[in-house]
Amino acid sequence: MTISPAFAEAPEKLVCRNVWKVFGTRAAEALASLGTDPSSERLIAAGLVPAVRAVNLSVRQGEIFVIMGLSGSGKSTLVRCLSRLIEPTAGEILFNGQNLLAASDTEMIEIRRHKMGMVFQHFALLPHLTVLENVAFPLEVQGTDRRTREARARDIIGLVGLGGRETSYPRQLSGGQQQRVGIARSLAVEPELWFLDEPFSALDPLIRRELQDEFLRLQTALRKTIVFITHDFDEAIRLADRIAIMKDGVIEQIGTPEDLVLHPATDYVREFTRAVPKAKAVRVASLTQPEPPPADAPGIAARATVAEAGTAFLKGHDVLAVTDDSGQIIGSLRRDDVIQLILGGAG
Amino acid sequence: MTALSAPETLSPRPSLIWGAALSLAAILWLWGQTVAPFAFEYPKAWQIPAARWIGGAIDWLVKDAAIGPIAFSDVTRFVATLIEQPYSAVLSILSTGLLSGEGSSAVQLWPPLPWIAVLGLFALLGFYAGGASLALTTVICMGFIAVFGQWQSAMDTLASIIVAVPLAVAGGFALGLAAWKTPWLDRALKPVLDLMQTMPVFAYLVPILILFGFGPTSAIVATLIFAMPPMTRITTLALHRVPDEVHDLGRMVGCTPRQMTWRVLVPSAREPLMVGVNQVIMQSLNMVIIASMIGAGGLGFVVLNALRRLDFGTGLEAGLAIVALAITLDRVSQALARRSRAELRQGNLIQRHPFIAVALSIILLSVLLARLFPALQTYPDAARLSTSAFWAAAVEWINITFFDTLEAIKNAILLGLLIPVKRFMLSLPWVAVVALLGLAGWRLGGWRLGALCASLSFLIAATGQWEKAMITVYLCGIASLIAMAIGVPIGIAVANRDRAWTITRAVIDTLQTLPSFVYLMPVVMLFRVGDFTALIAVVAYAVVASIRYTVLGLQGVDPRLIEAGRAMGCTDRQILTRIRLRLALPEILLGLNQTIMFALSMLVITALVGTRDLGQDVYMALTKANPGNGLVAGLAIAFIAIIADRLIHAAAETQRAKLGLGQQT
Repeated sequence: MTISPAFAEAPEKLVCRNVWKVFGTRAAEALASLGTDPSSERLIAAGLVPAVRAVNLSVRQGEIFVIMGLSGSGKSTLVRCLSRLIEPTAGEILFNGQNLLAASDTEMIEIRRHKMGMVFQHFALLPHLTVLENVAFPLEVQGTDRRTREARARDIIGLVGLGGRETSYPRQLSGGQQQRVGIARSLAVEPELWFLDEPFSALDPLIRRELQDEFLRLQTALRKTIVFITHDFDEAIRLADRIAIMKDGVIEQIGTPEDLVLHPATDYVREFTRAVPKAKAVRVASLTQPEPPPADAPGIAARATVAEAGTAFLKGHDVLAVTDDSGQIIGSLRRDDVIQLILGGAG
Repeated sequence: MTALSAPETLSPRPSLIWGAALSLAAILWLWGQTVAPFAFEYPKAWQIPAARWIGGAIDWLVKDAAIGPIAFSDVTRFVATLIEQPYSAVLSILSTGLLSGEGSSAVQLWPPLPWIAVLGLFALLGFYAGGASLALTTVICMGFIAVFGQWQSAMDTLASIIVAVPLAVAGGFALGLAAWKTPWLDRALKPVLDLMQTMPVFAYLVPILILFGFGPTSAIVATLIFAMPPMTRITTLALHRVPDEVHDLGRMVGCTPRQMTWRVLVPSAREPLMVGVNQVIMQSLNMVIIASMIGAGGLGFVVLNALRRLDFGTGLEAGLAIVALAITLDRVSQALARRSRAELRQGNLIQRHPFIAVALSIILLSVLLARLFPALQTYPDAARLSTSAFWAAAVEWINITFFDTLEAIKNAILLGLLIPVKRFMLSLPWVAVVALLGLAGWRLGGWRLGALCASLSFLIAATGQWEKAMITVYLCGIASLIAMAIGVPIGIAVANRDRAWTITRAVIDTLQTLPSFVYLMPVVMLFRVGDFTALIAVVAYAVVASIRYTVLGLQGVDPRLIEAGRAMGCTDRQILTRIRLRLALPEILLGLNQTIMFALSMLVITALVGTRDLGQDVYMALTKANPGNGLVAGLAIAFIAIIADRLIHAAAETQRAKLGLGQQT
């Protein structure tokens, strides 16, 4: 399980240990009786339907952790296990070191009220409330007084670019605007942990792109710990610090977008990554040669994607100077290596 | 899908089974009379004396039943006061004024609201809910009631509705919410609600009459029983339909269970809940009219009285007043349901609540003016219009001029259709009918349905209701078939013409809001009493359902399939017969189902015009205050309804599965 270098030092915010969700009558006992890690066939033979199987993962503070899978892969069930909207059958979920599965109902209400926020695929806006009231709703539930909660709601509505629409009702807004309300509402309580369940899937491609940019902009400012669910691999590559790929309830691989593209662990992951333009996932650092660049070579950040280096090569340079976060030159990027990557030779 | 096709795999030759079963039945019918007479007439010795048991049970309830020191009659008395207090308050505001003293010696201390105030309030409500055009509609409708001298009766009816509706809405909602929260209650309630809705209203009027006595209180209790089930159903359904994500949202923001219900789920289900409120209002109106038989008074009583005296003019005017009231209540409540919450207003108390301010000033102003001009207090008799003489003359003219024609039509249908079918139905051996119903149930929906159909129909025979039930089935069956024969072609004709459908829909929407009582008036005028009159009234009432479902089915056909048909070179006729009707068949079957349900409920009402079926039994029980007979006959009608409903539903589902249209939700 590789960790993107930027978060290597960050503390673990959410840890998931051997989490199972199995549907069926008396699922917990039945699962326990089958021993550790039973196969799908044995579970189904025992009358159980496995949705999430033996999931281990950890999300570090401030990172965007994307869980990617096709429909039926168990990703929605998993994210609902993480927030305990669905009770996992077995395993441990540690949030800030506290086991959520041992928390009482009142403790869970408190945690959700103050530390978690969630954005939903179909927005889940309350039709009888205005934009302002929808965004203020989580605060209202906690008993925050009207003045405070409305001031806070107005701030966030401005932050997501909906200023001026406070008194509109959800049905008067476009899909993209509705999801901005959903995002604003989930941020109203200033959560530490931010769940987004396929937030952009119900939107058309142009609006989706626009909201993805908006989301990245917000994250640069807010630095939340994020669990983001999607079925769109391009979206995952674009947004993720790390991606977990799920299939049939099992996590196939966890890694940075670059890891997945360059070193797919299973055939399934390879299938997915095949169609992805490698230059958009691979970072300059991976192709950097330790030799010093020529003096006139333009600089490129090691963290940039290879695709971003393309324009510099187009200006006629053969070699670029690779710099680290502090601007120090650490090596050189050669045009030949880049072409090799793009044509599929490397990796 | 597999469950539905299972019977076919068990028995590969369905036609053989039906052939064998039908020929056995035919043999029994033709030659069985001497061998097995018990198969034709259910032996008296085996009869279950259900009527006596039920009568005894109700007797016991009224006289002896008690939990500890609290007798059952105390409970009913308590309920009665609970209803009486608000009712007499509303009634004194709208109709009688504040009285002191009892009966005819009562002295009016303070007059009721002037009619002009009520009219003004309705107009304001209409304007609040739906703007100027709705305000105009309400003024026309309420004005009509005043001008035709029905104001007093209309206010009596309105008072019952104003008391019954909030109680029915609150009760139905609470029950629906409880059923949604507790699955076992939901399962237990379903058959009870089915029974409450299929049971003819007359049947429970009798026990209510015995428990609560003759008068408006009984009428309101009956109205509650009649109007609550749809609210309960809609509440449960609406809460189940709230998307999972909204539940998740509620939990993620940390709602307590109470906040979850009242802040998240119920507001999210507001729209369907308001549809439920509209239904409660319309059902209440329908029932309050019928309940005039147990002393509800009001417009229903005027119609009933006119029917008894054959005074068509008066009856028709009161009937039209019911229509006017129905249209007003329906339009206003629908508009209120659609109305979105207003933006919050700023300013002082009056500026924030302008409508309440206007309403109060209307009341104040009209009360003051009414002191000066008595014509504004009570609608002056001098300004009254009455058309009853005209209608009486018109009916007489039609009857004299077209007597031969009308009589010929009536006799031809009676002799050519009604009587032969009736004879045939009555000659059928009950054993064969029960067996064939069981077989049909098994073939369409598995052994459970088969057992249900066979046992319900057997119970009808075993309680000695067979003959009456067969007359009910024959009248209702013929009426449904005629209604379908009229409704389906109309549906086909208007389904694809937008303008025609808009007009048709407006007409059938209005027809559906009319209390069933109203349908009897014109038919009785032209054809007097008897089976034929009943038939026409039932057809007129039921045809609406067949039109609606036909159109629904045809409009629901996937347009791509029609395009594909056109691309293959189908003529319009082929597209209609080969594609659209084929795919709309399940919906049309459900239309047939609704038509039968409508026909059955109307059939009971037609007992007033002298049919000889179960409805008559229920009605007679009412006049003789015999609860056992009434309930047993009522249950028999409910059983017929349930058998028809389940069989047709199963057939529609099989059709859907065959066409790959998926389950109906």
